[in-house]
Amino acid sequence: MSTEARKPPPQIALKIRRALGGKSGWNGIVVQFAFAAILGWIAYEIVSNTRANLENQHIAAGFGFLRNNAGFDVNQTLISYTGSDTFLRVFVVGLLNTLVVSVVGIFFATVIGFIVALCRLSPNWLLSRVGEIYVEIIRNLPVLFQILFWYLAVLAALPNPRQSISLLGIAFISNRGLVIPRPIGESGFEPFLAMLTLGIVASLALRFYARRALFERGQMIRIWPSVLALLFGLPLATILVFGLPFTFELPQLKGFNFAGGSRIIPEFVALTVALSTYTAAFIAEIVRAGILSVHKGQMEAGSSLGLSRGATLRLIVVPQAMRVIVPPLTNQYLNLTKNSSLAVAIGYPDLVSVFAGTSLSQTGQAIEIIAMTMGVYLLISLVTSAVMSVYGWRVSRSLGA
Amino acid sequence: MKRVTLALTLALAAGLSAEAADAQTLKTVKDRGTLSCGVSQGLPGFSSPDDKGNWTGIDVDLCRAVAAAIFNDPTKIKFVPLSAKDRFTALQSGEVDVLSRNTTWTISRDTSLGANFTGVTYYDGQGFMVKKSLKVNSALELNSASVCVQTGTTTEQNLADYFKANNMKYEVIAFATNDETVKAYEAGRCDVFTTDQSGLYANRLKLANPNDHMVLPEIISKEPLGPMVRHGDDQWFDIVKWTLFALVTAEELGVTSKNVDEKAKLENPELKRVLGTDGNFGEQLGLTKDWVVRIVKATGNYGEVFDRNVGAGSPLAINRGLNNLWNKGGLQYAPPIR
Repeated sequence: MSTEARKPPPQIALKIRRALGGKSGWNGIVVQFAFAAILGWIAYEIVSNTRANLENQHIAAGFGFLRNNAGFDVNQTLISYTGSDTFLRVFVVGLLNTLVVSVVGIFFATVIGFIVALCRLSPNWLLSRVGEIYVEIIRNLPVLFQILFWYLAVLAALPNPRQSISLLGIAFISNRGLVIPRPIGESGFEPFLAMLTLGIVASLALRFYARRALFERGQMIRIWPSVLALLFGLPLATILVFGLPFTFELPQLKGFNFAGGSRIIPEFVALTVALSTYTAAFIAEIVRAGILSVHKGQMEAGSSLGLSRGATLRLIVVPQAMRVIVPPLTNQYLNLTKNSSLAVAIGYPDLVSVFAGTSLSQTGQAIEIIAMTMGVYLLISLVTSAVMSVYGWRVSRSLGA
Repeated sequence: MKRVTLALTLALAAGLSAEAADAQTLKTVKDRGTLSCGVSQGLPGFSSPDDKGNWTGIDVDLCRAVAAAIFNDPTKIKFVPLSAKDRFTALQSGEVDVLSRNTTWTISRDTSLGANFTGVTYYDGQGFMVKKSLKVNSALELNSASVCVQTGTTTEQNLADYFKANNMKYEVIAFATNDETVKAYEAGRCDVFTTDQSGLYANRLKLANPNDHMVLPEIISKEPLGPMVRHGDDQWFDIVKWTLFALVTAEELGVTSKNVDEKAKLENPELKRVLGTDGNFGEQLGLTKDWVVRIVKATGNYGEVFDRNVGAGSPLAINRGLNNLWNKGGLQYAPPIR
C-alpha cells in the first residue's frame, strides 16, 4: 500500500456554499443572488433612463463623436496630430501628455524625496534643518498654488524669444520654452538602435548570471569590462560600418519663434517641477518613517562591521525599510498622477484639458467623455498599484519575510 | 475645473434619469422665486461683477429683462458664473434656466446639445490682439506666433482654420478661463491673444498698460452671440426669444426707460399693442399684458442696454456697427409684435 495520504474527494458544492453563503449556507447564497440582481436592475434602469431622456431632449449620445474631426490644435503632442485628426486621436494625445508628466514627475519626486529624507536623518545639523524646512513649507501649501507659482515664476524670469538665453549657440531658453537640437535619423539609425538594444539585453543577462554565480556558488565574476564593450563598443562599431546614426537639426530664430529643433514647453516644466517637489515632501516623510522603523541596532551592526554610514544605509537599512515604504509610496505615486489633472490651470494639454475640457465643450457629450476620462485615471492608478504591489512582494520575498 | 465639470456631469446624469424631462421652466422659476442665469466668469461689457458683487453687462441685462418680465423685479436672479467648457453641461443639467454667456450660435451647438439659441444679442467676430512693440499690422504677419486662447470655444477652432487656410504655423496655448488666458498673454507666454473682438477690447482694459496693445484689423469669423435654453420647453423658449425682440422693438419705436409711461398713454395703435394696453400678447406668452413695459423699465431698450454696457456710455466705447437696428444699417431686427 502506498504511504501517501488519500486526497479527499472534491466537494465543489460545499466550496461554493462556503464562498458565497458564508456561515448561513444555502440561504446566504439566495440573498447574495437577490442582492446582485437588484444592483443589476438599478444599473440597467439608470442607463436606459438616461439614454431615453437624452434621446427625448435631442442631446447627441454614444461614442460616434470619437470619429469626428476635432478641429483644434494642441501645443505638445508626442504623436503627430493636426486639427483635422479625430477626437479619438485627441484622447490619445491627451493621455500620452498625462502619462509623460506623471512618469517624469514620479521619477523626480522619488529622487528628491529620498535625498530630502536622508538630509533630515543626517547627523549634520544644517542639513537636517534644511530638510525639515523643505518638508514643512512645501507640504503645507496647496499644490494648485505651487503650480501657478512655478508657472508665473518661470515665465516672469525668462526673456522673450528674440532675447533668448543661448547655451553654446545650440540650445535656447526663452519664455517659449527650452529649444534643443533635434536628432534626425540617418541611414545608420536602425542598425545602431538594434545594436544598442542587443547591448542592453546582453548586459542584463550577464548581470543576472553573475548574481546567480555569486549567490549560489559564492563566485565573484567581474562583468564590467564586457558590459562596457557591449554598451559602447558594439554601437560604435556599427557607426564605423554603417555611418552616423543621426544628425542634429539646430534651432534657428525665425520671425516670432524658433524653427527646427525640439522644444520643451514651459507649462510642462512648471507642472513637473511643482508636482515633483510637492510629492517629494510627502515621499521624504514616508522614507524617513521607513528608515526609522528599522531597529537602530542594524545601523550599529553595520558600523561595527566597518561599513561606512552610506554603505550601511544602502546595503542594510534601506532594503529593510522598503517593506514599510512601498505601500504609502504607491499612494503618493497615485496622488501625483491624479494631481497632474491640475494642468488645466496653466494650459498644459493633458487629458483633462484637451479631452474632458475642450473636446467636451466642442461636442457637449459630457457623460461619455467624463466616463472615459474617469476610466482612464482608474486604469492608470490600478496599473501603478499592481506594479508597486509586485515590487513590494519582491522586496519582502528577498528579505525572507 | 475638473470638479465643477464632474459635479455638473453627475447632476446631468441624475437629472436625466428622473422620469420626465422638466418641461415647465416658467413654473419652476416662479415657484423658486428666482431666475437662474448662467453668465461668464467676468467679461467686462457682457457679464462681470462690480466691486459690490452686482453683475452688469449685455448678457446680464438679457437675464434681468427676463426676470423683470416674469417677476416685475430685475433683481430676482441668481447668477451662476461658468467657464466656457462647463457652460453647456450646466444648461443641460438644469443648473441654469438661461445660458446668457457670450456664446456663439453654431449649427452643432444648436442641434447636438439639447438646447436652442433664442436669438442674437450681439453680432461679433473673432480678432487678434498683439503688443504694439511687435510691430505687426496684419494677422497675416503672424506666422510662427504663439497664440493664447480659451479652451472650449469656437475661437479655438476658427484659429486652427485661419492659420491652416493661410498656410501659417502657430503654437496654441489653451487655458480654461478668460482670466488665465489674459494673464499668460500679459506675462509674455504668447505673442497673440485671440477671442471675439468685443472681448479683445474688454480684456484690453484689464491689462496694466492698455495702450501698449492693439487689436489687429482682421475679423476672421462670424460670431453671433446669443442666449440658450433647453430643448423641450417651447413656452420658455418663446419667453426668452421675445424678451430680446421686445428690447429691439422698444428701441425701434423710441420707447426708453424714461418715457415708457408716457408712451403707454399715447393713442398710437402699434405702441398700444406693444405696451399691452391693447391685445394680450404677454398673456399668450405666459406673462402679463404689460410685459414690455416691465422689461423696458428694468433695463431700458436694446440701444440703452448696448450704450450702457459696451457702447459710447461705457469704457469699451464700441461702435454700434452690425448691432445697429436694421433700419439704421445694422442687423438687429425683431419680428412684429401683433
